[in-house]
Amino acid sequence: MLIRLISGDTPRSPILAAILLIILLGLAFAPFVFPGTRSVDTAARICIFIVLVASYDLMLGYAGIVSFAHTMFFGIGAYGVALASIHMGRGFDALVVGSVSGAIAAAVLALVIGLFSLRVRAIFFAMITLAVASAFAVLVSQLSNLTGGEDGLNYQIPRALTAAQRYLEEPFFGVRVNGKLVNYYVVFFGSLIVFLILLRIVNSPFGRVLQAIRENDFRTEAIGYRVVYYRTTATILSAVAASLAGSLFAIWLRYVGPDTTLSFDIMIDILLMVVIGGMGTMYGAMIGATIFVLAQNYLQNLMGAAEEALQSVGVPLLPLFLNPDRWLLWLGILFVLSVYFFPTGVVGRLRRRG
Amino acid sequence: MSAAPDHAPTIVRAGLRDRLAPHVPLLLIPVLIVLGFVSIGSPSSWLTLTVSGLAMGMMIFIMASGLTLVFGLMDVINFGHGAFVSVGAFVGITVLLALGGMTGSPSLALNMAALLLAVVAAMLATGIIGWGFEKVIVEPVYGAHLKQILVTMGGLIIVEELILVAWGPDEIFFTRPETLQGAFTFAGAAIERYRLVAVVFGLALFLAMRFVLRSTKIGLIVRAGVENGEMVQALGYRLRAVFIGVFIAGSALAGLGGVMWALYQEVITAHMGAGIMVLVFIVVIMGGLGSVEGCFIAALLVGLTQNYVAFLEPKLALISNIGLMVLILMWRPQGMMPVVKAK
Repeated sequence: MLIRLISGDTPRSPILAAILLIILLGLAFAPFVFPGTRSVDTAARICIFIVLVASYDLMLGYAGIVSFAHTMFFGIGAYGVALASIHMGRGFDALVVGSVSGAIAAAVLALVIGLFSLRVRAIFFAMITLAVASAFAVLVSQLSNLTGGEDGLNYQIPRALTAAQRYLEEPFFGVRVNGKLVNYYVVFFGSLIVFLILLRIVNSPFGRVLQAIRENDFRTEAIGYRVVYYRTTATILSAVAASLAGSLFAIWLRYVGPDTTLSFDIMIDILLMVVIGGMGTMYGAMIGATIFVLAQNYLQNLMGAAEEALQSVGVPLLPLFLNPDRWLLWLGILFVLSVYFFPTGVVGRLRRRG
Repeated sequence: MSAAPDHAPTIVRAGLRDRLAPHVPLLLIPVLIVLGFVSIGSPSSWLTLTVSGLAMGMMIFIMASGLTLVFGLMDVINFGHGAFVSVGAFVGITVLLALGGMTGSPSLALNMAALLLAVVAAMLATGIIGWGFEKVIVEPVYGAHLKQILVTMGGLIIVEELILVAWGPDEIFFTRPETLQGAFTFAGAAIERYRLVAVVFGLALFLAMRFVLRSTKIGLIVRAGVENGEMVQALGYRLRAVFIGVFIAGSALAGLGGVMWALYQEVITAHMGAGIMVLVFIVVIMGGLGSVEGCFIAALLVGLTQNYVAFLEPKLALISNIGLMVLILMWRPQGMMPVVKAK
């Protein structure tokens, strides 16, 4: 049953299995184990980014397509929920309509981009998605009467999902059982379901064909698979999953804006997470996203402390590199090193040893 | 036994149509300019926009030319190219700011000397960084596109962060050298001096580059290498060395483009290179990978479209370039003047 649930794709390494279990349990019981607004927010972000990164991995790690438009699909999902909530009023129907229409829009856009640029040569796709995504971000920030422009949109989600709604008078294991908690579990289970579906997809015959295309597209075509068809389908599936992640993000944050959903920085974050976690394994997304979001939230404190320590000792120059704002520098170096020395990331390393 | 049939080979000259076909894209520029004239209506605004469009196109061309050659030669796509633009801008502007005495004086000669120093410093810096970038980041991943994209992207992040370490996180505002400020009026249209300088300079650079590629031996090797690298190597040329040279030159050109772009914008940020890369990629794709002429035409088209559309319908400026690219690719899927065979 359990094996079936994860589509027969077992971790194949005791250490990896242990780490994944810790992440899963940590996220499942995050509100109880790590109470506090900030840590629960971090946990929700990890859930959402796991889905986002896993969907990107479907394209990059399995089909071997580099796309820079993934945040665009993420943003479409998020804006779908936001716009539906504003125009249809507060309610669960708005959330569903927003998510579904966002997913459809993402699929159509992915189909158009895919048909257009995947036919010519794969490398065009990287450049064209970069151009399209940045044009989309500019468009969103300029159509301010529709999208709120740079300020983004604030909207209301059903009361049942906000902290105002109390379900139990007494705290349960020291945690107040309110709508915020329910909201967290909506995000958690939503992410879990999409992740398991993605796991199912990559372990299906379809996923095998994608891997074959990644290894040798010419040969795959010769065996009789329409490479363009498979690549485009992978792009669409990945776009839909990304847009669903965006919808969950919008439900959690109750705010969408270009900086939180569409910016190129998020795209770079996704790339870092995929590569550090491990390309070509869905579990890599789990590990990459967890490491990265934790680093984003807590590494900066650590670096700040190190900077102050060094400054007080009087070391020249080095504190500049340890400035908390420079955390991306270290992750960038880690990224380049991982592409060279362990392209299969943390997961590939652990599996080989296991 | 019958005699062998007469063998009289004739070389039929290709028809006019076939001979002209490769040059058709050249016509697009005048067509676009006329189209702009018709849709804008007012001649003076049209002239202003055309000059600034051409200036922008020239600067994009300077940044994109290195990228397209590097791709053509070694099939290396460098997503970190934008980093050189930023580095060039920062180094160049730092030199200009240090030479405040020279840039502040109204003398053209002093201004130009300061500018020249800034450009040389920027090109030296980006050339050296380009050399290091090629050695450390690009060389280990020859032949693997996926890794190239990822690794050069990583290089871009690192270089951007290093700029932030060296120059701090704030935007730097500055003013152009004294004699390049302001505008003059020509036929009722206000034309910024700097834009005209950029157009002239870009055109000169294009002609120089064309001369090097067409009329010198090194240019011959580079062009032959783009078309068929293995053959060039078989003939005994070390293509690898040529490639490193082109990479360094391309990086230095990006640095030069960065200085010019910075002077155009009068503000620099660490992310400016990554921002302009979007246009650079559009230009490289439209022109046809590996083609300097195609790149030049595409850059002018993009610059003009951007300026015309920004005047007519400001919100559609960037979208219009994507639309232009889509149209061009529907017409010629490999770009306007493809050189590299689909690999």
